[in-house]
Amino acid sequence: MTRRSSKTIALIGNPNTGKSTLFTALAGVRQRVGNYPGVTVEKKIGAFELDGTHWQLVDLPGTYSLAPRSPDEMVAVDVLLGRQADVGTVDAVLSIVDAGNLERNLYLVSQVLELGVPTVVALNMVDLAESRGIAIDVQELQNRLGVPVVAVQANRRIGMAELKRALAAAVQTSARAPESPFPAEFQHEVAELQRSLSAGAPQALPRYLAERLLLDTTGYLQGALNESSPGGAQRSHDLADTLTNARARLAEAGWQVPAVEAQARYGWVGKILDGAITRPRQRVVTASDRIDRVLTNKFWGTLVFAAAMLAVFTSVFVLADPLMGLIDDSIGALGDAISNRMAPGPLQSLVVDGIIGGVGGVVIFLPQILMLFFFLAVLEDCGYMARAAYLMDKLMVRVGLSGKSFIPMLSSFACAIPGVMATRVIENRRDRLTTILVAPLMSCSARLPVYTILIGAFIPARAFLGGLVQLQGLTLFAMYLVGMVTAAGVALVLKRTLLRGPTPPFVMELPTYKWPSATNVILRMAERGWSFLYRAGTLILAVSILVWAASYYPHHSEEVDATLAPTRDALAADIEKLPPESAEREALTVKLDDVDHSIAAAYQRESYLGQMGHWIEPAVRPLGWDWRIGCAAIASFPAREVVMGALGVIYNLGSDVDVGDDSDQDRLATRMKAAVWDDTGEPVYNIPVALSIMVFFALCAQCASTLVVIRRETNSWRWPAFTFAYMTGLAYLAALVTYQVGMRLPTF
Amino acid sequence: MTVLADLPVGARARVSLVNGGDDLSMRLLEMGLTPGVEVAVVGVAPLGDPLELELRGYRLSVRRSEAARVEIHQL
Repeated sequence: MTRRSSKTIALIGNPNTGKSTLFTALAGVRQRVGNYPGVTVEKKIGAFELDGTHWQLVDLPGTYSLAPRSPDEMVAVDVLLGRQADVGTVDAVLSIVDAGNLERNLYLVSQVLELGVPTVVALNMVDLAESRGIAIDVQELQNRLGVPVVAVQANRRIGMAELKRALAAAVQTSARAPESPFPAEFQHEVAELQRSLSAGAPQALPRYLAERLLLDTTGYLQGALNESSPGGAQRSHDLADTLTNARARLAEAGWQVPAVEAQARYGWVGKILDGAITRPRQRVVTASDRIDRVLTNKFWGTLVFAAAMLAVFTSVFVLADPLMGLIDDSIGALGDAISNRMAPGPLQSLVVDGIIGGVGGVVIFLPQILMLFFFLAVLEDCGYMARAAYLMDKLMVRVGLSGKSFIPMLSSFACAIPGVMATRVIENRRDRLTTILVAPLMSCSARLPVYTILIGAFIPARAFLGGLVQLQGLTLFAMYLVGMVTAAGVALVLKRTLLRGPTPPFVMELPTYKWPSATNVILRMAERGWSFLYRAGTLILAVSILVWAASYYPHHSEEVDATLAPTRDALAADIEKLPPESAEREALTVKLDDVDHSIAAAYQRESYLGQMGHWIEPAVRPLGWDWRIGCAAIASFPAREVVMGALGVIYNLGSDVDVGDDSDQDRLATRMKAAVWDDTGEPVYNIPVALSIMVFFALCAQCASTLVVIRRETNSWRWPAFTFAYMTGLAYLAALVTYQVGMRLPTF
Repeated sequence: MTVLADLPVGARARVSLVNGGDDLSMRLLEMGLTPGVEVAVVGVAPLGDPLELELRGYRLSVRRSEAARVEIHQL
């Protein structure tokens, strides 16, 4: 074998062992992030230099067991066995274990050791274990495991040099196949199976996979292995028979499959630990236990949970809002500065409205994403995230999901983008997909302005029960409720149709509470922000430019050429003649603005987007909408928050209608109230129309950024396409029902 | 036959069997609920489900429906 100048190490461990911390401690913040082909598992690769050799560190998803029962779980096994083509051969495995929870952590180690790859065990959080009265004889543990064991404190970067040295030494050795923890009868069956399957095959079947075939009663692995090797139905049928017979023979010998594995491995773990570890005879009641008693208490636990969630949300809104305003203003100022320096025309419009506007549309999400991930990282790092799932599980089970979906769904009320990104904590693929697909139904902060302006303009300020219930407030609440109820319904339907399958186990570790590490929190926050900017941002920018083109071109309007343009030029010339700061000049300037707004409106009507508004009028008429509303709805498909700007242009107010500004709001509301149908002259807006627009905006997938992030998280365009289709369909139907029912109610 | 789901908070028991051979049973076994192991019910979520268990020196959360798979002898 030729000497390679680069070595590959795979990092594996249980969740909550400090694996990501160790990864960063070894490889720094520079990492390549991608996806493994065909699955939703994230591929994270870091690198470091040691003794002139380039080391590649592959971070595998946190897992309790190497027993693949789904394609996502198969990735780790494939990487470790060198069967994952885009990673290549693994020279050594770095297995991280929590010193305070060795018994369960060594279960995974026992599986890793059987792979026959040189292994180093990193014994993390020894300090925490000691504080709980657990003493570990590291040398003795190393002797018994037969592989190097290095005590580390990843959060303080203690033991990193020793760990690297141990890895460097380990790759020089060839791992001996360790003794199997399984009973003799089982080992015999595995050897037989390995022999029969390797006969005539180009490559011998690794012992670990033969074991897994025998143990996997779900049939997943058999199917997966068949797919990757040519063999045909006959061989697959024969294999099924062979496995059934082998399992029957084992059962006769008193070894039930699959229980035999856990019994054998935990038996092995017991023998390894006996004498190598001293645990207090009577379990010490730790601070973590006392905190847990409060935080999972029926009354206090619920109270603390509600308070924590409220605090997170208030902070996200309060802290992110000024930053978002700042970004919005800066982008606007930058656009103005550039448009003043460029000649008017397509290039100016592309740079200002397409590129700068597009970049702004990406960056504007950053404050919310960073804030939310800051809090989520703190909750995760201190161990509360699992408790939140524990507290909310029963509620989420009712819609076919688990408690792990609660936080991502809740996050989506601020913004669906971090919500979708936060679903990575859900291991089950079907649960994760369902959560991703319904998260955009939660009313995000961008929908609020739409609700506020329409409610303010069209819902009467009536109060009931002596002012306790306000009709306007009730309408706003109803909009949030529409989203939640629809999300629950869609989740239920999805879990019974497209994503049907057995209820995934909730069985979940409740980790020990600990202080969150600042480095961890900041790194996680930065990583999420960067991943959004870099990997989703570029696509979002491309989409923005396409949409800009559709709303700009053909940029040719008979109306403008025939009347508006000459009027504008004449007005501008008149203004030049008048002395500055005269009342007459002021009056003419206001008139000029009006003409400018009419020109913008005329171009918008003639643009491809505006034409589409006209084409779809027959389709939106049953919703009570005229072509203007249709046009505004289409214009806001890339981002729902632009609807106010779009309506502003349509109603000749210019595009910079500021929703936060009361007079702007009033002006828009006045124009909308005055709008009439082109043919009949009847007013366009009434309560059912306003409600139908709000319901449409509550349910529609008008956010290209969310769709792009869904594409990134699911690794396929199919799911964002599905999300867009079902949400638009539902939004249309719901708006239709709202308007038609509303018009038939006597009160309207 | 007593199952883990029937235990009141504060009770301790020894696992005698995990029923079934599907994904759920495998997960319960992997997490350490193997025959012979001692387990305690330390709490219940405010909504009545899931349960908080203690075994092998760590805390584990399982739903009642899942704990019904685990046969035990109360201690």
